[in-house]
Amino acid sequence: MKKDIQELQSIASQVRRDIVRMVTLANSGHPGGSLSSADILTALFFHVGDLTPEGWTRDGKGKDQFILSAGHLTPVYYSVLARAGYFPVSELATFRKMGSRLQGHPSIRKGLPGVTQASGSLGQGVSVAAGLALAKKADGDPHKVYVLCGDGESEEGQIWEGAAFAAHHKLANLVGITDWNGQQIDGTVDSVSGGGDLEAKWKAFGWNTVVADGHDMTAIIDAFARADKASAGNGKPTMILFKTDMGHGVDFMAGTCKWHGKAPSAEQCQAAMTQLEETLGDF
Amino acid sequence: MKKYTDTGKKDTRSGFGAGLLAAGKADERVFALTADLKGSLKMDAFAAEFPERFVQCGIAESNMVGAAAGLAIAGKIPFIGSFAEFVTGRVYDQIRQEVSYGKTNVKIASSHAGITLGEDGATHQTMEDIALMRALPDMVVINPCDYNQTMQATIAAAMYDGPVYLRFGRPSVPNFTPADEPFVIGKAYVMNEGKDVTIFATGHLVWEALTAAEQLEAQGVSAEVIDIATIKPLDEAAVLASVKKTGKAVVAEEHNAAGGLGEAIAALLARECPTRLSFLNGKDLFGQTGTPAELMAAYGLDAAHIAEAALALVK
Repeated sequence: MKKDIQELQSIASQVRRDIVRMVTLANSGHPGGSLSSADILTALFFHVGDLTPEGWTRDGKGKDQFILSAGHLTPVYYSVLARAGYFPVSELATFRKMGSRLQGHPSIRKGLPGVTQASGSLGQGVSVAAGLALAKKADGDPHKVYVLCGDGESEEGQIWEGAAFAAHHKLANLVGITDWNGQQIDGTVDSVSGGGDLEAKWKAFGWNTVVADGHDMTAIIDAFARADKASAGNGKPTMILFKTDMGHGVDFMAGTCKWHGKAPSAEQCQAAMTQLEETLGDF
Repeated sequence: MKKYTDTGKKDTRSGFGAGLLAAGKADERVFALTADLKGSLKMDAFAAEFPERFVQCGIAESNMVGAAAGLAIAGKIPFIGSFAEFVTGRVYDQIRQEVSYGKTNVKIASSHAGITLGEDGATHQTMEDIALMRALPDMVVINPCDYNQTMQATIAAAMYDGPVYLRFGRPSVPNFTPADEPFVIGKAYVMNEGKDVTIFATGHLVWEALTAAEQLEAQGVSAEVIDIATIKPLDEAAVLASVKKTGKAVVAEEHNAAGGLGEAIAALLARECPTRLSFLNGKDLFGQTGTPAELMAAYGLDAAHIAEAALALVK
């Protein structure tokens, strides 16, 4: 059941609460990029994609598939999966704890429903998603494969190997998503590596590109629709570059790399909670 | 002592190509991927027969590993083929995350392994790949000895559910195992029974070990030759049974000392049955340019060196 804009905004608020609370409880984890991609993943799982837990299997047959290339974004990933019904919301409290199915980075070895592949070592998800998309194409399965990358992550050379491969094999069923928040661990992407014109890079590698505001639900949904249209029109894969703010939604975390991989204190968590409405009940 | 006949020299990589084609005919889930080495990996016949299941990845091995993992997750049985160095050391992290930790049914077809690659020299002659692959949880490591065994091992790898590292080589070498004997993963093949000394050999060195056993027989020494075609999981029962009989063993491999078959056997025997051992391997060296035969002699891996090591143990 597709959620409407208001419902999506409501879910995203709860997802942000989950992110901050999970990382606080674990006293480790990555809140910054999780907060910047919270709106995108909420829209993807609750409106855009066929990504419900019903009938989900690791092989993805007969469904859309999602690969988290930026594996450190587990707080947002697990929250969205739990809120979508893949596993009990209460399990979010076990994030990063010994014995948990919610490993620090996604694992397929703990049997957590919804996780299709391990990630954490960066730059590999586009390749995996391309393999999945190639299989769907070979099998005549019309569903799509989505992969989420970071803009810092896109410094990895393998991203561009995957980009060339997907374009060469005309994987129109592959939709890339970049959380273009401009930040990475050591500073802004521009200061660390001179990231350059990411959109031009993807175009040069033979992809369609769509640029949109990653914190505006209407714009996010529209971006996915534009991506579908572009791929259907010319048979190319499409990269959607979502302009976002790292740490979005929590004022003291927003727009800085400082919260890439740092847990807030209990007091900071409380302060964040006052800024994020509890809409679906905390775990 | 059982005598083996070389039915005509063939390269083990062509055995892979024949096995891949057979596996592709038997199971439509079999895919073949290469990074611009279709001819070198002998994938031409498969690509011609099943163009829709042959995936050219270009010179981009990292992506090839990930794409294969994706295909495997979706239920396919992908073989990725390149030179040994480029499907192990170059992409170790990708194999670790996408194939081993990610538990995907990817088969790594590793050609031109060891120094017998020859003239290309050390950049291409990996002598460390077995160590790298052995270190990965759940990875099966197979190093067949000739064309026929490589063909059968390829078919067996396709049928096995899980990650497999399948190592073979470039040069033409004697072909002496049965063409139609199904390969059993995890089984050590007792090629010759003997009572004085055991020679454990893998890959190209199995023929050298058999030749060494003939030389030893002429000198009154009865050598047992065991083909360790699967290095991981090691056939521990077969290894222990042999050394309990002979009391001493030579381990011969076209691979460096660190992490190779010698260390695998030594660890087992140190734990279960301390035994006098002698190791023939690439030591702690890089390879160099030369003909395969020149290199095998220079690095002490040919039949003469194996026989010499066995004799030294028996004395």
